Amino acid sequence: MSLRRFLIALTSFVLLSAPAFALQPPKGQSEFVPVDSVPLTDQLPAAPLLITAYAFVWIAAMVYVWSIWRRMNKVEADMRVLAQKMPHR
Amino acid sequence: MRKVFGPFCALTGLMFACAPFLIARAPYESTMGLVQKIFYFHVPSWFAMFTAIGICGVASLVHLFRTSPRADRISEAAAEIAVVFGLMGLVTGPLWGRKAWGVWWQWDAKLTIALLLEMTFISSVLVRKYGGPGSDKLASAVGIFGLAVVPFVYEAVNIWRTIHPLTSVVPNLPATMGLPFWFSVAAYMMLLALLLMLRVNLGKRQAALDELYLVYED
Repeated sequence: MSLRRFLIALTSFVLLSAPAFALQPPKGQSEFVPVDSVPLTDQLPAAPLLITAYAFVWIAAMVYVWSIWRRMNKVEADMRVLAQKMPHR
Repeated sequence: MRKVFGPFCALTGLMFACAPFLIARAPYESTMGLVQKIFYFHVPSWFAMFTAIGICGVASLVHLFRTSPRADRISEAAAEIAVVFGLMGLVTGPLWGRKAWGVWWQWDAKLTIALLLEMTFISSVLVRKYGGPGSDKLASAVGIFGLAVVPFVYEAVNIWRTIHPLTSVVPNLPATMGLPFWFSVAAYMMLLALLLMLRVNLGKRQAALDELYLVYED
C-alpha cells in the first residue's frame, strides 16, 4: 500500500514538475561565435536607400533652380535700381 | 526660346515623374536586388555631368583662344551644372554602395578620380567667384583640365581593379532594364539642357548689368 502511494506521489511529481522545468528560460550565452557576414534578418533594407537617392536628385535639382531664380531676381532688382538712377544723371 | 521653354520644362518634369514607375517595373538584379535600382539615376547623373563637362571644355577652349564672352558664359554655366550632377552621382553612389558593398565609400581608383573631378569643377566655380580679374581664363583652363580627366573616370574600372561595376554593364543591359535606363538618361539630358538655358540666361543678364554699371559710372 505504501509503495503504491509512493509511486503515485512520484509520478505526480514528475508529471507536474515537467511543465515547470519546461517554462524555465533558455540557458544564457556562454561564448560569442564570430561570423563573416551579417545574418539575413539584420541586413540593411534597400528601400530607404533607394528612396533617399531619388529624393536627393529632386532636391538637388530644385535647390539649384531656386538658386538661379534668386540670383536672377537680384540682377533684375539691381537693373531696375540702376535704370531709375540713370535719367537723373 | 521662351516659346519652347515652358513645354520643355513640363516635359522634363513629366519624364522625371514617370521614371520611378518604369524603374519599379524593371526586373531586380540577381545579386544586388532592390538597391541596384539606384543605378537608373546614379549612372545618368554621371552621363549628364560628363556632357556638361564636354560643353564646358569646348566653350572654355573657344573662350581661351578667341576670347568670346558668349563661350565664357556657356563655360561658366556648364561648370556649375557639372558640379550639381556630380553631387547627385556622389550622393547616390554611396547609398548604393552601402547596401551592395557594405561600405559607404571605398578609396579605389574609380571613386577617387570621380571625387577629384567633382573637386576640380568646384574649384572652377570658386575661381570665378573669388578669383578677381582674369579668373575667367583661369576657370576656362581648369575646365579644359577637367575635360581631360573624364576619360580616366570612365575607363578607371577597365584599367584598374576596383569593386565598382564595369562599363560593360550598360551596353549589355537586357531590354527590360535598358528601357527604363535610357528613359532616365533622356530625362537627365533634358534637365541638363533646361538648367543650361536658365544658367546661360542668368549670365547674360549679369553681363547686361555689368555693362549698365559701366555706362552709369561713365
